Amino acid sequence: MSRAALYRLVFVAAGVALLELLCRTGVIDHLTMQPPSDMVRDLAVLLASGSMNKAMLKTFTNVAIAGALAVAFGVAFGVAIHGYRAVRQGLEPLFATYYAIPVYAFYPLLIILFGLGDLPQILIGFMLAVVAVIVNTLNGLDRVSRVLMKTARVYRLGPVATARKITLPSAAPYLLTGVKLAVAHAFIGVIGAEFIMSQTGIGYEISFAYNNFDNKIMYPLILLVLAASIAINSALSRWEQVLMRRRSRS
Amino acid sequence: MTAKSWLSAANSMILVAGLLVAWQILFEFAGIQAITPPLATFLNLAHLLTTEAFWGHLEETGRAFFFALALALLLGLAIGFWLGAHRFSSEVFEPILVAFYSIPKITLYPIILLAFGLGLPAKIAFGTIHGIVPVAIFTMTAVRNVNPILLKTARVFKLGVWKVVGSVLLPAALPEIFTGIRVGFSLTLIGTLLGEMFGSQRGLGYLLMTAIGLQNVPLIMSVTLLIVLFAASVSSLLIVIDHRLHRRMS
Repeated sequence: MSRAALYRLVFVAAGVALLELLCRTGVIDHLTMQPPSDMVRDLAVLLASGSMNKAMLKTFTNVAIAGALAVAFGVAFGVAIHGYRAVRQGLEPLFATYYAIPVYAFYPLLIILFGLGDLPQILIGFMLAVVAVIVNTLNGLDRVSRVLMKTARVYRLGPVATARKITLPSAAPYLLTGVKLAVAHAFIGVIGAEFIMSQTGIGYEISFAYNNFDNKIMYPLILLVLAASIAINSALSRWEQVLMRRRSRS
Repeated sequence: MTAKSWLSAANSMILVAGLLVAWQILFEFAGIQAITPPLATFLNLAHLLTTEAFWGHLEETGRAFFFALALALLLGLAIGFWLGAHRFSSEVFEPILVAFYSIPKITLYPIILLAFGLGLPAKIAFGTIHGIVPVAIFTMTAVRNVNPILLKTARVFKLGVWKVVGSVLLPAALPEIFTGIRVGFSLTLIGTLLGEMFGSQRGLGYLLMTAIGLQNVPLIMSVTLLIVLFAASVSSLLIVIDHRLHRRMS
């Protein structure tokens, strides 16, 4: 472990310990916040009881669908418009201002259009995720060096072979950045939508527990969401770094 | 105006026209129960802006957003300058910042509500935690990438810490920092509105939430339109300044 990682671990541990101390000594009211050790224990109990399995399955499935749709559509769209300067210039202002628009504002409309099922939540996750994928796909394709493309032409590779042997490996780290953002945004979108209005899912369970002052369910679930999103994100970041290093080596 | 800025203005016009047409077509398919057509929505919004109650909500949101943005910029810049100037601190804390960026902060909402209570402080806190990370990350990268010669020059002139920040670091890193401020603006707006959707009795977010409950489509559409117009126009303005700053530096 590097020195920085060690310090980081100590910092986080100290933060958790401080929180634990404040809760145990009653500086932070027990109704406001539970001690972290209780949260972990309650989470274990909750997971073992299986009462949240349905909600968890729902949320993670929806996140996966939204993320996968965003990646598939975003990469396809990016590849399709990459060669057309006019189209890209026309869409430029949209990409630039897209994340300034609160996507959740469209959630009510989606509910009215599609009903209160899974679709509006998946769409919110998709809408949040897709533009990041498109932008990163375009960025990755732009960075494939001309020499490599010329080499492909010299060897008379067909479009599929060019994509498989040249374009994809070279653009891979940037595509993965898009995937990473897609997962994070799909997570944020789906859980946010569940929070605002839904009938099931982790976000719904958290807000339900909050409204009933049920700290034994609320805090463990919050912990679960945080842990899951941080774990997925750091795994993808590590993979991204590996690809980036391989790319700069070759 | 140069030919290039004319071109981008024309691009934006075409894009806006395209979106309006798509909206109208969507209306033809979805019908009046689901959405209101563009012209009617603009008229509804104009009417809404003449009512006094609406201005109350607008003022409340404006106030919360103003404070949230001010806090996010202040704290984000402070963290960014510190981590950018101090290599080891950034190695320790950068992963924590990135992890915090990727979590669905909406799940922290119950904790913030319990800590701050219902009302303005909770909204401000919620807006701030959304906006602070991008400002900090962009500022950190910008400060880290400042040309070392400039810093050496500052040392030769024996400038004090504040003088270095004010006359060397800030001007040199400004374009990148401004990009962070632009992203921070958008996210703070989203955060503030989200905050109002749950823990509030006033503001645009609250208005949206009640409109969802009442299935009041015209109200949902007008408020959404206002938010999108505000976000898109301010964001476009910031992008223009952003580009100008970047051009001036290169």
